[in-house]
Amino acid sequence: MNFDAIIIGAGIVGVACARECALGGLRVAIIERAVIGGGATAEGMGHIVVMDDSEAQFALTRYSQQLWQELATEWPATAEYEQCGTLWVAADDEEMAEVQRKRDFYGARGVATEVLDARQLAEAEPNLRAGLAGGLFVPSDGVSYPPCAAGYLLAEAQRHSAQLFLGKTVAAIKHDGVQLSDGAFLAARFIVNATGSWSPELTPGIDVQKRKGHLVITDRYPGFVRHQLIELGYLKSAHSHNAASVAFNAQPRKTGQILIGSSRQFGVNTRAVDAPMLSWMLRRATEYMPQLAQLSALRVWTGFRAATSDHLPLIGPAPGHDNLFLATGHEGLGITTSLGTGRLLADQLLQRPSAIPREPYLPARASVQKQGAAHG
Amino acid sequence: MADAVTLSINGQTQRMPAGSTVAAAVLLKGVTTFRRSVTGEARAPLCGMGICYECRVTVNGQAHARSCQIVCADGMEVRTDE
Repeated sequence: MNFDAIIIGAGIVGVACARECALGGLRVAIIERAVIGGGATAEGMGHIVVMDDSEAQFALTRYSQQLWQELATEWPATAEYEQCGTLWVAADDEEMAEVQRKRDFYGARGVATEVLDARQLAEAEPNLRAGLAGGLFVPSDGVSYPPCAAGYLLAEAQRHSAQLFLGKTVAAIKHDGVQLSDGAFLAARFIVNATGSWSPELTPGIDVQKRKGHLVITDRYPGFVRHQLIELGYLKSAHSHNAASVAFNAQPRKTGQILIGSSRQFGVNTRAVDAPMLSWMLRRATEYMPQLAQLSALRVWTGFRAATSDHLPLIGPAPGHDNLFLATGHEGLGITTSLGTGRLLADQLLQRPSAIPREPYLPARASVQKQGAAHG
Repeated sequence: MADAVTLSINGQTQRMPAGSTVAAAVLLKGVTTFRRSVTGEARAPLCGMGICYECRVTVNGQAHARSCQIVCADGMEVRTDE
């Protein structure tokens, strides 16, 4: 069988790439060994968020978030796309200074925000503890249910003639196609590795590491949390370093359930729930929202983010290969950035110009080349 | 009833022998919809031993309390169908 592009991995990034390539007129194959959106796509919170750790991160998250909004009337109800806004919570004056900086950064780049003082924060989220300093509300952010969003993107790709190979495992990527474990060979001009935290198994040496996280989901308590809440301490906590860390993160679901996060650990490859990590994470959450401790949790799970050393994804040609492309390394932002990634990847395969500069995400950039060689 | 307690179920008084479960009190009141499922279906106790979570009600403002595992107390306020 002959294709223009073979996408390996039907997580939300892979199906977003497949959809854009198919819309661009390419004959597309998608290979998925397990289920659609069954990896990090199903394990995360589904937060659609504009971030400002770097200009490149801002550019990709903002562009992607606008693509989510463009599809607002198309998402099926199961995708649970809702523009509830993000409320960054500031605990003290130091974090209020960060609120001002963040507001200026977003404002200068066309993202409207609203600064809340202590009283306005308490009115916006009555279950936060008293004594917090304030916050920054970003109304354009949202939430989604990513496995169903991925299912929709896949269906759109298939509607434009993409072929799905479900339950198939890739044995090897060749220069002219993909060898499946069942012996079949799929030929293609381009091959795209979109297998997230598993991507180094198919393309050794790339700068992608597993970064484990825990999440908790509660029973239904409608109105208990109203916006996606994230502590601003998130930025100054150990989250930017390699040590394990936790941060308060709470998200209201359409059902009234609440997702509670978050934790980050490098160098742990076991899926088991880590009890000390979980209690640390929940302790942090109850420091911000004491009444969370009275709610009942239904389920706890873990997942693996695909992290790169400069916190930007790998989107573009794999160094040293002539037909292999990467769409991986999205860490905790893959749901948001899936749509921008699909567009940027298809732009490269179709030799179209891109709406934002794509250089910062090229896998050949120096900041990930050194690291990939070091731990690849 | 010498050892009796009085509680409120959806604002109505219910007297029960001490040691009765909240589930028994709710049923004696004639209420059959203890809670609503996520898709709006009526639910009521199934296992009676705290495993199935179908008997959940709101007790003293606390949502999702398992009525089959909670003993009635004087002044308790129970709400159903939430």
